[in-house]
Amino acid sequence: MTAKRRGAQLGMLAFAVLIVMGAYASVGLGINGKVPSGMLGYGLGLGGLMLAAYLVLARWAPWADPLLLPLVTLVNGIGLVMIYRIELAGERLASAASQLMWTALGVVMFSATLIALRDHRVLQRLTYTAGFAGLGLLVLPMLPFIGREINGARIWVGVGPFSIQPAEFAKLALVVFFAGYLVAKRDVLALAGRRLLFIDLPRARDLGPIVITWVISLGVLVLQKDLGSSLLLFGAFIVMLYIATQRTSWVLIGILLFIGGAFVAGQIFSHVEARFDVWLHAEDQRLYTAVGGSEQLMQGQFAMGSGGILGTGLGQGYPYRIPLSFSDFIFPAVGEELGLTGLMAILMVYALIVERGLRTALAARDPFTKLLAGGLSFILAWQVFIIVGGVTRLIPLTGLVTPFMSAGGSALLANWMLIALLVRMSDAARRPPPQAIQDEGMTQVMQR
Amino acid sequence: MNSPLKRVAVACLLMFGLLMANVTYLGAVRAEGLREDSRNVRMLYARYNIDRGWITADNGKTTLAKTVDTGDKQFRFEREYPLGKPFTHVVGWFAPESAAGIEAAMSRYLDGTHPDLVVRRAIDMVSGKPAKGASVDLTLNTKAQEIAYKDLAETGKRGAVVALEPKTGKILAMVSVPSYDPNPLAKANKATVNKAYNKLDKDGDKPLLNRAINLTFAPGSTFKTVTAAAYLSDDGSRDENTQVDAPDSLPLPGTNISLPNYHGESCGGRATLLEALTISCNTPFAIMGMDVGYDKLKEQAEKFGVGQPLKIPLEVSPSDIGPDESKAALAKTAIGQQSNQMTPLQMAMVAAGIANQGTVMKPYLVNKIMADGSEIDGTDPDELDAAVSPEVASELTKMMVNVVERGTGGAARLPGITVAGKTGTAETLPGKPSHAWFISFAPVDDPKVAVAVFVESGSAGNDATGGAVAAPIAHDVMQAVLGR
Repeated sequence: MTAKRRGAQLGMLAFAVLIVMGAYASVGLGINGKVPSGMLGYGLGLGGLMLAAYLVLARWAPWADPLLLPLVTLVNGIGLVMIYRIELAGERLASAASQLMWTALGVVMFSATLIALRDHRVLQRLTYTAGFAGLGLLVLPMLPFIGREINGARIWVGVGPFSIQPAEFAKLALVVFFAGYLVAKRDVLALAGRRLLFIDLPRARDLGPIVITWVISLGVLVLQKDLGSSLLLFGAFIVMLYIATQRTSWVLIGILLFIGGAFVAGQIFSHVEARFDVWLHAEDQRLYTAVGGSEQLMQGQFAMGSGGILGTGLGQGYPYRIPLSFSDFIFPAVGEELGLTGLMAILMVYALIVERGLRTALAARDPFTKLLAGGLSFILAWQVFIIVGGVTRLIPLTGLVTPFMSAGGSALLANWMLIALLVRMSDAARRPPPQAIQDEGMTQVMQR
Repeated sequence: MNSPLKRVAVACLLMFGLLMANVTYLGAVRAEGLREDSRNVRMLYARYNIDRGWITADNGKTTLAKTVDTGDKQFRFEREYPLGKPFTHVVGWFAPESAAGIEAAMSRYLDGTHPDLVVRRAIDMVSGKPAKGASVDLTLNTKAQEIAYKDLAETGKRGAVVALEPKTGKILAMVSVPSYDPNPLAKANKATVNKAYNKLDKDGDKPLLNRAINLTFAPGSTFKTVTAAAYLSDDGSRDENTQVDAPDSLPLPGTNISLPNYHGESCGGRATLLEALTISCNTPFAIMGMDVGYDKLKEQAEKFGVGQPLKIPLEVSPSDIGPDESKAALAKTAIGQQSNQMTPLQMAMVAAGIANQGTVMKPYLVNKIMADGSEIDGTDPDELDAAVSPEVASELTKMMVNVVERGTGGAARLPGITVAGKTGTAETLPGKPSHAWFISFAPVDDPKVAVAVFVESGSAGNDATGGAVAAPIAHDVMQAVLGR
């Protein structure tokens, strides 16, 4: 029987906060030669925040996976420190205080989700609501008055002084929709239908709603030039379809569709082709100096190369030389100062979060939970792969935030909600099944 | 649904594996190349963030290059060269994207990245001090260097002076004229430095070149010392009193032209070797060259260092007596003409070799390397070759003393000190002024300094031979070294 392991969880949480504090002190020592003056308040703030998250978890999800919260705390904290470090270097757009505030809101969101959602299977009943909500959120930035365009992408919605990226929340809603819909229809999707060549095609009316949702969402994102999010949703959809139907053919069809789609997109949108060009020939001096060329990508590479194996040490490199070093390019920025060693550790932490999520999916007792937990875990892994692969030149660069690390409130809130869902499901999966009632005498025979 | 979930888990593992492999590739395999990419501004910052060691001379008493802490965050340490122009070609400079001279050749000591300094660097890193390099002390005698530069610059010509300590090979002076101020090239601003550099690069007088070691010139009559060395070594019975043919004019074999003596002077048909060198007759040395043959002449020259690639630690262009063409060509090679091309350093090595009883020492510029006040490395004098026997060296010395006391090198005489020397006037192109040369060493009984002076196109009129233009400079340099 699984144990709660609450002591271990608290210990690891404290350890994660301690590592972050050490990193924070190290930034101050590296830049000014002394421990930052706000150290105590900052440490108490983060520690208190995480203690609150822990208490909520202990009260409302006592059987939850003990690793998830400490792991997320660690990456979130390292992100905070890095943003603080870049802000100290004079980068106007980086604000550690704002990121800390969003982290606090993220923890509030995490707690609220755990408290309000006692049984995640409620979400299954909201399948279509989630679908519409997801689509609605995606379309929001296109609407007049509230939609805002920042840095050439119309993916923002203005709420007073704040700007929110609804796509971050839409991806959660859409994963819930995919999970609910696929669970309901997985048998017909897998069995009914005609066989074309060697592939079993499902009936159009079974597949219709989901394909329509998917096409609309991708279309909207492509129109918004949000390549990263479209790639994210596309991958999540294919993988969830595969988990639900167990048919490898879907993956093949998906990959073919993707290649076709990428080709068509490359023909239609010049910026898609440009991204490929920059990826393949980043070191080319012509592309390096071109507007919107490879300079940012190469600056990231230079940072990582300069960091080498051990890194320069926090506060001792020049990570702020990379454009957007506090958001999209935070990963290479960390690479310069913490080196290959630090990056490996961070990738390992992400891998562990994903692994804990997938373990939850495996241990879950009902198909909806399996699919939702699997889908959420995969979307996290997939997001890390797309952005980290992009900034390290493994794959073409498409803008996405690095989960929990990049500056940005919407993503932080949405990802804390994602973790709350995983925690909720792991609590359900690890909770011992209810004891059978032993008192035979109380058994009543149903009569009609 | 567990089996597809497990496959998805494997896929996720694969994705993270790919990311890790790629990060490793960048951080470990490609790191060096990325770090040193010229577009990586960190290299520039890093160059100016190291407290480079100083470059000194006179056993650390004179500072030639120092580091100044500007307090700037990105370009913290700047380089200054307090003595400027006379030392530029030796000390070099440390520019944003390049370096020259000792600054380049000894860079790994100066910036502390040399393996010998690893332990000190690690201590600095742990204690949080900025990385500090080691200091390099040069063999230069700054008085000799400065007087050499002043004299040479005053001629208004291009040229070079090299002074060696014959017994060790220490380079006491190395001057190339025209020179330039290295300070503007050491600024952190790439654009202004490149502008200053390009201006120097386009200058028709080529001030960036170190004429002492990187250009070769016809050595003229100074090469007669090498020819005489080969001739004396070829037969043990010969000495300075050996009679040689000295016709007024020597018909060159296979041609219809004749080789005259300088200005058509007469050497009397027969002369002793001593007389022939003293008044620098051409014909006897041309005959001697043809007599010993190309191979032996070349071998003799090589024993003095000709053709050997040298690092002092600056790279020295090899000198060359030219190809084996014909008897006529050999005759001219023997008197330092034809394709015979020597660096001023090479001719200084010839003088130093004769001074040091025939043994040529490897020339060097770095006296010692100092870190935190203690010597961590020094150069031990090293023999390059035994060019001639001590007997031949002493015969050559007698001849060269006569040159200074009774012959063409009178301007190099020092009161109370016996000086040995040899003048040279090398014809260049017909109608163009000749190069003026002078090589010498002193004191003869205990040589402390050997000098080669070269003045490019220095022999403007008919009367100005190496003896008139170059010898006075050698005189001043020797005087400076000997402290009189």
